[in-house]
Amino acid sequence: MSTTALYNDQQGGAEAAVEAGQESTATSSSSGAAFGLFSTDFKKNEDLKEMLESNKESLKLEAMKRIVQLISKGKNASDLFPAVVKNVASKNIELKKLVYVYLVRYAEEQQDLALLSISTFQRALKDPNQFIRASALRVLSSIRVPIIVPIMMLAIKEAASDLSPYVRKTSAHAIQKLYSLDADQKEQLIEVIEKLLKDKSTLVAGSVVMAFEEVCPDRIDLIHRNYRKLCNLLVDVEEWGQVVIINMLTRYARTQFTSPWKEDGIFDENEKAFYDSDSEEKQGQREAKPYIMDPDHRLLLRNTKPLLQSRNTAVVMAVAQLYWHLAPKHEVSIVTKSLVRLLRSHREVQYVVLQNIATMSIQRKGMFEPYMKSFYVRSTDATHIKTLKLEILTNLANEANISTILREFQTYVKSQDKAFAAATIQAIGRCATNISEVTDTCLNGLVLLLSNRDETVVAESVVVIKKLLQTQPTQHSDIIKHMAKLFDNITVPMARASILWLMGEYCERVPKIAPDVLRKMAKTFTAEEDIVKLQTVNLAAKLYLTNSKQTKLLTQYILNLGKYDQNYDIRDRTRFIRQLIVPSEKSGALNKYARRILLASKPAPVLESAFKDRDRFQLGTLSHSLNIKTTGYQELSDWPAVAPDPSVRNVEVIEPVQEWAPSLGKAKKPKSDDKFYSDDEEKDEEGSGSGSEDSSSSSSSGSSEESGSESEEESSRDLEKTSSDSEKSSSGSEASSSESESQQKEKKRAKKVTPRKSKQTAADSGSDENGNGPLGKTSSSSAESSSSEESDSSEDSDSDSPAPQKKTVGKTKPKVEVKSKKEVSLLDLDDFSPAPPSAPKSSVFSSSLLSDLEGLSLSNVSSAMQVTTSSFGPVKTYELLHHMTGKGLSAKYHFPRQPCLYQPSMVAVQVILTNSSDHSLEEIHIGDRSPASLNVHCFNTVERLEPGASVSVSMGIDFSDSTQAANFQLCTKEDQFSVSIQPAVGELVMPSTMKEPDFCSEQRKLMGMNETSATIAMATANTSKQNISKQVLSVANVGVVSSDQNNLQRFAGRTVSSGALVLVTLELRESSTALLTINTEKTVMASMLLRDLKQALYQA
Amino acid sequence: MIHSLFLINASGDIFLEKHWKSVVSRSVCDYFFEAQERATEPENVPPVIPTPHHYLISVLRHRIYFVAVIQSEVPPLFVIEFLHRVVDTFQDYFGVCTEAAIKDNVVVVYELLEEMLDNGFPLATESNILKELIKPPTILRTMVNTITGSTNVGEQLPTGQLSVVPWRRTGVKYTNNEAYFDVVEEIDAIIDKSGSTITAEIQGVIDACVKLTGMPDLTLSFMNPRLLDDVSFHPCVRFKRWEAERILSFIPPDGNFRLLSYHVSSQNLVAIPVYVKHNITFREGSSQGRFDLTLGPKQTMGKAVESVLVSSQLPRGVLNANLNPSQGTYTFDPVTKLLTWDVGKINPQKLPSLKGTMNLQAGASKPDENPTINIQFKIQQMAISGLKVNRLDMYGEKYKPFKGIKYMTKAGKFQVRT
Repeated sequence: MSTTALYNDQQGGAEAAVEAGQESTATSSSSGAAFGLFSTDFKKNEDLKEMLESNKESLKLEAMKRIVQLISKGKNASDLFPAVVKNVASKNIELKKLVYVYLVRYAEEQQDLALLSISTFQRALKDPNQFIRASALRVLSSIRVPIIVPIMMLAIKEAASDLSPYVRKTSAHAIQKLYSLDADQKEQLIEVIEKLLKDKSTLVAGSVVMAFEEVCPDRIDLIHRNYRKLCNLLVDVEEWGQVVIINMLTRYARTQFTSPWKEDGIFDENEKAFYDSDSEEKQGQREAKPYIMDPDHRLLLRNTKPLLQSRNTAVVMAVAQLYWHLAPKHEVSIVTKSLVRLLRSHREVQYVVLQNIATMSIQRKGMFEPYMKSFYVRSTDATHIKTLKLEILTNLANEANISTILREFQTYVKSQDKAFAAATIQAIGRCATNISEVTDTCLNGLVLLLSNRDETVVAESVVVIKKLLQTQPTQHSDIIKHMAKLFDNITVPMARASILWLMGEYCERVPKIAPDVLRKMAKTFTAEEDIVKLQTVNLAAKLYLTNSKQTKLLTQYILNLGKYDQNYDIRDRTRFIRQLIVPSEKSGALNKYARRILLASKPAPVLESAFKDRDRFQLGTLSHSLNIKTTGYQELSDWPAVAPDPSVRNVEVIEPVQEWAPSLGKAKKPKSDDKFYSDDEEKDEEGSGSGSEDSSSSSSSGSSEESGSESEEESSRDLEKTSSDSEKSSSGSEASSSESESQQKEKKRAKKVTPRKSKQTAADSGSDENGNGPLGKTSSSSAESSSSEESDSSEDSDSDSPAPQKKTVGKTKPKVEVKSKKEVSLLDLDDFSPAPPSAPKSSVFSSSLLSDLEGLSLSNVSSAMQVTTSSFGPVKTYELLHHMTGKGLSAKYHFPRQPCLYQPSMVAVQVILTNSSDHSLEEIHIGDRSPASLNVHCFNTVERLEPGASVSVSMGIDFSDSTQAANFQLCTKEDQFSVSIQPAVGELVMPSTMKEPDFCSEQRKLMGMNETSATIAMATANTSKQNISKQVLSVANVGVVSSDQNNLQRFAGRTVSSGALVLVTLELRESSTALLTINTEKTVMASMLLRDLKQALYQA
Repeated sequence: MIHSLFLINASGDIFLEKHWKSVVSRSVCDYFFEAQERATEPENVPPVIPTPHHYLISVLRHRIYFVAVIQSEVPPLFVIEFLHRVVDTFQDYFGVCTEAAIKDNVVVVYELLEEMLDNGFPLATESNILKELIKPPTILRTMVNTITGSTNVGEQLPTGQLSVVPWRRTGVKYTNNEAYFDVVEEIDAIIDKSGSTITAEIQGVIDACVKLTGMPDLTLSFMNPRLLDDVSFHPCVRFKRWEAERILSFIPPDGNFRLLSYHVSSQNLVAIPVYVKHNITFREGSSQGRFDLTLGPKQTMGKAVESVLVSSQLPRGVLNANLNPSQGTYTFDPVTKLLTWDVGKINPQKLPSLKGTMNLQAGASKPDENPTINIQFKIQQMAISGLKVNRLDMYGEKYKPFKGIKYMTKAGKFQVRT
């Protein structure tokens, strides 16, 4: 500007003035006739001011629209600030919005004037309308004026406790803005974040996590208590929030859980051992395998899985990276399909996804191999997409598919896109080095390409051949000769240099040609590129050493040329080489070793993927995409060797819990084994556990979300209470009888929380696994014998007894539970698994449990816990599908007698699928069912069942308290088999716990029609109290009501579906007879139950 | 997150900028222009470009680059997906997303961008919510606005943002209640020289246009849901229900939306509805080449193959082409060497063909690659995978809606290598 002005002064011409005017800003006040060229622009601003100051709304609006146009073009309109800011309180919504746009854009530059608008916003912050409050906060926080920081802080704090979730969401956004304006407010802002993190609204979750990531990503401790809530809310959060939350949780999980990866290798071994049924060996291995997945870890994986189906590619990618970084290796592959799906999306999406797949495919070929064809290149792809696809195809190449891939590559080499053709040649080279079978084929193919007409192709081939020859320094002198012939035609420096290098390196193999090439090079030396010159010098030196007779003069000549070259590298090199090879008095000892230095055998270059080192970055991040560490990148930490205390994630921390949780954790340890054997089953169960929650929340009623989480919380609180109760009671009396109230929970947990010492667990889980096998049978019988004993001896004796106690599960587990609680201090810490979770689990699952338990008065429990012997008879296994009819697929089922996770009104059914055919079965799932209204919770499709393998899956069926069979189809990929499950009437009942007086009072209400009774004859062996209860419990899933009357035995239960009470009374009479009375509303059930009980008691 | 957005047209002018945080100078785009120069084709510009202080993430749609400026770590797909959502919204609002349309509606664009992002974090991207906030400009409304001075900013407040079904407006009313579903399948295939299929996949979408009063709850079931190998849903679809029963159950958004996209696995055999006989040769030495192309239908289940368009990128050495189409018209662009042949409908009795000679540059050597042929076509009333909608039921409302379903098969990325 100043120079122009100077010029202006000197010349003083009108033309120069115009020029100067153009340079100056539009607001320049010095107007004159000469400024015609830009005066329109200038005028515009002038009349804008007038328009803004007019009284007409429409004029103001028109002016604002034009101003926005100016802003959008990047022109400066800041001088209108005073005129614009006056309209901030306008009634016209559009005008107001445009003023906001302007304000946010220019407030930073006009801080003093911007303050004029603040009071308007402050007033609006108190507006009864939530949207006005929100938008006021939004604009207020977007004005980057440091003076108002205290006002903003106040507004944020207030908004954070606003009743409207929308305002709270806005306050979460405002936190980030304030933080970027004034980082000193961090501490206060963290407080607000902490508060907002507790928010249960899905609207807020995404934004507050975003604020968390921005302000205090290191304050992991704030997440603990909200972890489960976030996991559960995730499905319903808006898609952008999902991405942020998933990324944050990925980081969180890596600090809180132990690695699920090490175990995969052991898995197979162990399974084999199991089928060998050598219990000794089993135990040994089990102890070597301390891993169990933290239920919270599982919760995260389970709740993110449905998001793979999102339409938002960023969400899918976020889940994919979460699985990649957190899931056990064998589960990662579920993301493959979804990632491949993303390849159909826009070019940019493809680019990022392919980058990530490239990184993944290096480590896990198997994941993407089935989808290899999706990576075939189309001629219409952009070059960088093509190169990435090529990269992936190369990574996927193995002995089996290499021929297909090479055929595909042949097409690519001919591509018109020469950069891509060159990349293909590189890829062929990589395949050749990686897969030794095809090295020769590739080499031949590449040699053929040497006669290609395109220079880049030839050059690239030469370079690749050079590398390949180096890896295989065998008899390839033919190829070298061929290349020497081509040398005259090749002009690409890199290729020429490569040939020269090859000549030098293998000069002894081509003794006649090499000197000739050198001769040619001497002629053209000065015209060559630097890189070629260097290699010429190199070749000369090598030839001098091997064949000095012929080449001495040539070498001297070239060295002389090099000495005076323009490039200092070449001069240096020449000097060095000369000293090295030409003996003179100055060159010392080095000279002697020249030959060894220059002609040392060189290690072959390793042709590696360009994505080799990208795995240091978290997948899906910007850093990964660029392969550089970007600002603000949060390193993904390594798995901790020992998981931090999982109890921190408990939502309600009450004193007892703190002692309780860790103890539970310990009790959990052997659970790993359980899980290990019945992996699928457990997964299923867990999955479905959330299933019911999820379905309720996603069933689109907003309140269900809230209530869901509330009830969950409540349930966990309840659980804690009861458990602490149970602890009290059990410690009071050495747990001769297990607790009643928590029994069901324990039962539920029994799956996960198995006794501490492993033998018993092994038996449990083992028999769960193949319930009908010979092992299962023996164990069940032995269990029968032992089940009636009160297992005070519990662990020690258990672990000694080699006979697996199959169906004592229900009985012993709660007990051991109690035991382990008491033994906390005695346990050697080293024995524990590093990740003792489980208190978490309770809260996760307990919501459904709690509903089962509803109707039980808690007061009963707390005061005098009259504990029923939690007891189950041996579980019968029924055949669902014989392997003859099922074409090799056989299925058996039993009732595990646990509250169904999916829905409280369902009966849990455990199905064991075995493949007795000689080929693997795929996609086993449940097909059509009848009656159509039948409410069945299917197990997840079993993708693949290897021959001889069996898998146990759980499902839930709502029988509606009738013994009508549930018919459905069991489908494999090829076949469908109609099967039916007919429940015994006793399985339609859940045990109910009550005290004797309650029992009597309930019984009195169910007289008359509701009472069914019969005198029955009893087998003599059966008259002992224990035997009777055993028999009754084997027939019906009821709970024992303890009684002090010797001749009376009482059992209570509720029907699963309707929750009607079922009360069973057995009065012993003389001479092996007894009066059996059943009181229930369900009279049909009563008579059926009576018949069953009669039979059982008579027979046994 | 997203700091600023620049819109750049094909000739490299920045014609719109928007900042959500402090202003970033537009000189940051110089790095983008550099990358653009390096790339030979517009599509070859890398989507993610690092600069010393910022990162540029761009998408190219309708020959406009949408360049987002990022300052710190963020998942790139997050930004890319958002930018595409912006483009979709513009398209939804203005019908087309061109430079002219954006410039004409710059105020609406600004208002939209303001609502879509807050401090760089997406706020409202659901088109139903946006339409409540800012009414799309129509000719009628523009006229009314200019006369009455009313605005296109919605008077009512965006209640949708708060509801549990944020994708649906409340209080929707129609006199004619209708729900239309289009099942559109695209075949992606690569056919090799000899006519055998190298790879073929079917990608399908179900686009819906639902105009129903109130809060209807729809279920849509398929005759053969197992065909669908991999699916992605509009957020309105209840995932659990699909998992358990393979039924689509949803409260639909109002208006047009994509309900479902799916993939039919490549394991299933894909019927290829057209075949191509080609004979494209260049003789060594002579400056002529022969071009002979015939199209024919196969496996179309009696349906006509329509809107056939053949395009091929001929080798660089080709100067011009003298061809003779049996039907339709062809064009050859001597600059880009792109040959396009608009065939129209294939008549099975009289197969369309394009025959003639190509002239090569004098002295140029024989091109070593034969061109690939890209084919587009449409087949109405057929979903090539065999997917069939079984029934559509509505719950929650009393009236009887009019329901319609349409099937169509299209060529996706359909290439024939010669």
